[in-house]
Amino acid sequence: MADDIKRSEFVKLVGALGAAAGLASGCAPTTGVSPEASPATPNAARRALDLEPEAYTFFTPPEQALVSAACDRLIPADDASPSASAAGVPFYIDQQLVGAWGNGARFYRQGPWQAGTPEQGYQLALLPKDLYRAAIKSVDAYCAKTYGSSFADLTPAQQDKVLHALERGAVDLGAIPSDTFFSMLLANAIEGYFADPLYGGNRNKAGWKMIGFPGVAAAYTSLIEQYNQPYVVPPVSIADVQQGLVADDMDDMHVAMVHHMHPATRKHAEGR
Amino acid sequence: MATKLKPVDALTIGVGWTGGIVAAELTKAGYHVVGLERGEYRNTAPDFEVPQVHDELSYAVRLKLVQDAAVETVTFRNDAGQTALPIRYLIGFLPGNGLGGAGVHWNGMTWRFLPWDFETRSRSVARYGAQMLGEDCTSRDWGITYGELEPFYDRFEYQAGIAGKAGNIKGGIRPGGNPFEGPRSREYPNPPMKVSYAGSLYREAAKSLGYHPFIMPSANVTRAYTNPDGASFGACVYCGYCERFGCEMYAKASPQLAVLPVALKTGRYELRTGVNVVKINLSRSRRRAISVTYVDGAGREFEQPADMIFVTAFVFNNVRLLLVSGIGTPYDPATGSGVVGRNYAYQLNTSATYFFADKVFNPFMGAGAMGIVFDDFNGDNFDHSVPGFIGGADIYVNSNTGRPIQYHPVPKGTPGWGLAWKKAVTKWYNRAFNANAQGGVQAYRGNYLDLDPTYRDAYGLPLLRMTFDWGPHELKQSQYMNDIHATLGKALSASSMLLKPVTGHYTTQIYQSTHNTGGAIMGTNPRTSVVNKYLQSWDVPNLFVLGASSFPQNPGYNPIGTVGALAYHTTDAVLKRYVKNPGPMA
Repeated sequence: MADDIKRSEFVKLVGALGAAAGLASGCAPTTGVSPEASPATPNAARRALDLEPEAYTFFTPPEQALVSAACDRLIPADDASPSASAAGVPFYIDQQLVGAWGNGARFYRQGPWQAGTPEQGYQLALLPKDLYRAAIKSVDAYCAKTYGSSFADLTPAQQDKVLHALERGAVDLGAIPSDTFFSMLLANAIEGYFADPLYGGNRNKAGWKMIGFPGVAAAYTSLIEQYNQPYVVPPVSIADVQQGLVADDMDDMHVAMVHHMHPATRKHAEGR
Repeated sequence: MATKLKPVDALTIGVGWTGGIVAAELTKAGYHVVGLERGEYRNTAPDFEVPQVHDELSYAVRLKLVQDAAVETVTFRNDAGQTALPIRYLIGFLPGNGLGGAGVHWNGMTWRFLPWDFETRSRSVARYGAQMLGEDCTSRDWGITYGELEPFYDRFEYQAGIAGKAGNIKGGIRPGGNPFEGPRSREYPNPPMKVSYAGSLYREAAKSLGYHPFIMPSANVTRAYTNPDGASFGACVYCGYCERFGCEMYAKASPQLAVLPVALKTGRYELRTGVNVVKINLSRSRRRAISVTYVDGAGREFEQPADMIFVTAFVFNNVRLLLVSGIGTPYDPATGSGVVGRNYAYQLNTSATYFFADKVFNPFMGAGAMGIVFDDFNGDNFDHSVPGFIGGADIYVNSNTGRPIQYHPVPKGTPGWGLAWKKAVTKWYNRAFNANAQGGVQAYRGNYLDLDPTYRDAYGLPLLRMTFDWGPHELKQSQYMNDIHATLGKALSASSMLLKPVTGHYTTQIYQSTHNTGGAIMGTNPRTSVVNKYLQSWDVPNLFVLGASSFPQNPGYNPIGTVGALAYHTTDAVLKRYVKNPGPMA
């Protein structure tokens, strides 16, 4: 059953893994990805539609303004890393809402609908995209009433105050408990900041660089017992590997990797 | 009208670990077996290949390999006084979907239960008195002993290539292993996992407190390995993408690696994927299962007759299929009578996070079961008379993930968002690790499964309804384990720690565990159990209900070692006894 592995793909990855792992032994990062050289990586659906990257397809301009402003309070810029919007998080959320998740994938959607206990979880009939649309409208209405301005135009301190009120469930958003909207927004912002860049957020792998997460190329057999040593490498994304942007010239490590492989895979990897 | 298919010797409803084991054992013995799997066909290549499979959002957050709640979920309530509502997004537990079931996306922690675990009630009563369990606790002895299961534990461990170090071989305590484990007949087939920095610190701290830490047994295979049936594995590379992911290295034991190739090689195994079994059909006498009805992707109905029918789905679907097929008397919590659905139990995780200003752990390097664990507070390995609960937990540090959407620990008192949160994530991501006490859960009269009266799945069948809450044993246990976490934190000289004892009601809204158990429990009495110790239905002797649905309550370990051992115990009895003389084996 294991014999039909796509060898060329695997060998390419092995090289990538070797490159990433080689960096760890303290050598200067002479191989691996140059983050600046990474091209934008629009997702497949967008490519198929021949859309320019970052063309919003769900949020209207006012919605986009609110989501961007809110995400930038949740994940603001500091000297170590960019803000959520600079990392593409609002665009990520836009794409999620127009895609399968926003449209109710893996969501049990049969009635009857009724309020439940906190332990029973989400019981609204609203899809994520509908919840965002309705909640954003209500939040802006609340801000207009309370501050005479839309959320995006408030001062950062006022925006934080609104977000705290949403988080406490203290803002009337009609059918939507405001803490439900807040939790969804925060979860999505964190996703967008740390997910693979292919989804439109984590631009330039900003989230991964912030914490030192090396990304997807990962084989640590020879490294995991090197205790208490920082492992600093340029992070590698799915697109980096698919597009061959990871150098694969670490032959020693490649050989070492081959010895950990499944016999069927090894046979072909050795013959590359 | 269902199309009637040619009869076969045996069929399995579901193709995960138990369905795969049945398929391998029966086809090797010359029987023809059909495997019916509701999900898709999938295999290491091309389905779990890098780089695509290292996608945290798709697999770990959007749950690509997990049962689709839009098709089927369960309804839930904490007690029978509430109206159960559907769990609309699966969060708290994650049953698998597709070939291999949850045996694809599991972590690989592979345990034997303690001898005590199989004799929970009698040994608790003997040591602490009958009042210790409490009136509502329905935990009991299993009707099988550790000694009876030992050869089958061994069988599963060798088939799955488990990595570990024996602590007790034939009664002789071995250094480096678990001194509390039941005697095993021989060493593990593969050497134990490497030890992370977090694990090494934890091991020293546990030792300093007089505990007995050892390397967690693991289905993340540690070297190229060929099992006794000739199926081969690769070696784990500690990539940090294990639970919720498939393994690209052929290194995490799964049905695809360990047993399905064995069945397929015989030429006597036929796998049908994308087919959903909706009913088990009984003879007029209702003493014999004659066939199952399933529906394919086009909505066409088929009837597949078989001499032996193995119910090998996840716990929920095992129980639900019995109920919708009218097999066995449904359990009634009001009277305590009936059997199907009773003794539903779960797992109690009491966790802690330790922070160290002066250390780095590289949490992204890891494997699903790469742990240091001690068993000093599991089963009845310690005196419970003062804490006043029964059972316990395996307590461990498992270095299994640094995937940042779901892992970005921050110390107590950190705001949940904003600049202070972000700075804390930046500072502590690499300077923390988690510990967990994976506790047993006792069975109670009011915790059970039945059919929901209102909500239905995409096939029109009633959803399973879960009624469950923590009982007194669990709430006391969590406080007890929390104190142990605090003691460890001091021994570790952690800069700070975040302790999370479980209090209040059980919630489905955070991931806790997919170790759902019970509902079709085994036992020695047909009036209080669904299956005998061979997991053979008391009512319908050619029907076998495998998996953790047979656990009368849940010990403080991961279930798959025991699920696998019980499956081999069943197939051994079927081949040695049942096929020669079909009928009740107990």
